[in-house]
Amino acid sequence: MSTMESAHVPLEATAAAMRDVTRTQPRHSLLVRVTHWIVTLAFFALLLTGAEIIVSHPRFYWGETGNILTEPLFKIPIPASRKLVPTGYGYVMPDQNGWSRALHFQSAWLLVLMGLLYVIGGVVTGHLRRDLLPSGADLSWRRIVDVMTHHLRIAPRSEDPWSYNVLQRLTYLFVVFILFPVVIWTGLALSPAFDSAVPATVSLLGGRQSARTLHFFVSIALVLFLFIHVVMVWREGFKSRMRAMVTGQAPNRKECR
Amino acid sequence: MVTGISAAAGVSALGVAARLAQKYGLVPPDHGGLYGPGETLTYASMRLLTRHSMAREFSRSQISQRPLENELAPFSDEFKRHQTTKFVDWRLVVDGMVARPTSFSVNQLKSYPPHSQITEVVCEEGWSYIAEWNGVPLSYILDLVGAHPQAKYVFYFSIEPDWWESMDMADAMHPQTFLTYGMNGDELPVGNGGPIRMRLPRQLGYKSVKFLNRLIVTDDVKKFGKGLGSVSPEEGYAWFAGI
Repeated sequence: MSTMESAHVPLEATAAAMRDVTRTQPRHSLLVRVTHWIVTLAFFALLLTGAEIIVSHPRFYWGETGNILTEPLFKIPIPASRKLVPTGYGYVMPDQNGWSRALHFQSAWLLVLMGLLYVIGGVVTGHLRRDLLPSGADLSWRRIVDVMTHHLRIAPRSEDPWSYNVLQRLTYLFVVFILFPVVIWTGLALSPAFDSAVPATVSLLGGRQSARTLHFFVSIALVLFLFIHVVMVWREGFKSRMRAMVTGQAPNRKECR
Repeated sequence: MVTGISAAAGVSALGVAARLAQKYGLVPPDHGGLYGPGETLTYASMRLLTRHSMAREFSRSQISQRPLENELAPFSDEFKRHQTTKFVDWRLVVDGMVARPTSFSVNQLKSYPPHSQITEVVCEEGWSYIAEWNGVPLSYILDLVGAHPQAKYVFYFSIEPDWWESMDMADAMHPQTFLTYGMNGDELPVGNGGPIRMRLPRQLGYKSVKFLNRLIVTDDVKKFGKGLGSVSPEEGYAWFAGI
């Protein structure tokens, strides 16, 4: 694509671009970079405020209803920000739910809008098909094991390190099309107004408290993904990968490890 | 230049959207501040999506065995006086933009055609319970006092200090918005908001104010407190709690 564009650029610029091309190559599109970082920001805000909201009632239930008079599925052993909850601690944490809730929902809006932009843009530009959908040949246990052995440093990997490998593609697809939609769904199920419009949102999950518990578990799954994602970025070269996601440019293949 | 034109187009489009949203009642009183955009998006979407939707109702067998009594601040002397006289002198005053300002006793409210709903109380903290709520729809009382058609909000106040909320007319006229005086067929316990509690099952529990003694029908939120619609935004909580 870059060679086609450079055919219409004056000679000096082409020469400069050529020099540049020997050092870097286009990596992430503007769409991917902008949505990646805004979603990152929104996700951290959601995580922080979500944890804060749990502090007001660190008990989880299954089914439709649940409160301090009913048996919890499990408790998180932390002090609560409400006197009502028996936690075994002799003190009550300060109530931070007001701003936490406001920031949680505002960040959720941002995340949903960016998610829509990413998926629609990804379909239009072909990013999803080209970069995330694994090819038929890639989709074999042999390839998946190949990637895993590379990650475990058992064997060097032969393929281009700047193209998403099959495991990466499957993970990103899982995060984008399963984990995020489910965390949004379980979150929406906690809205009494939305449930009145679409009752299946909560009834399909087995009730309000089940939805809350699932919302918590899917969030944990997303945190797990984030942790592995950052570890992988660090192991593959934090600086060059970070630069690629910020500027869009990656070092030339030759320079890669 | 293209950026300039598209920026100008974007700004004017936003301006038009804001005008339309205001006209169709899609802007909440607490639309300002850092979290205003989120609050406005939520309220506007829910108003478009849920104007006539009904909160989920449950079967009798799903009623919670023990309805939870949430923690309460110590009662005021005035409330304690009413408690000792079994609330016989309790009055719910309804005024503002109404043709016939009226003061209702608890027994008067009970004399109107009784309604009930089995709905879930959903607290913003995360817990919930299901109960049958007995009462009279707010819309019935608003018809009785002749609320003006220009009215936009109903403000409602607890006898206890700094405890008041408001709702828009879509919620005020909604068939599940109740002035409740009973629970599971009995008197409404004081711990659950008796003698009179508002019920808005499509919003979080904090909108269901306990110990009601005053309703004001109005078209102007600015007259109350800091003008944010209720005491909740003054404490950092959303005015619209449907989420």
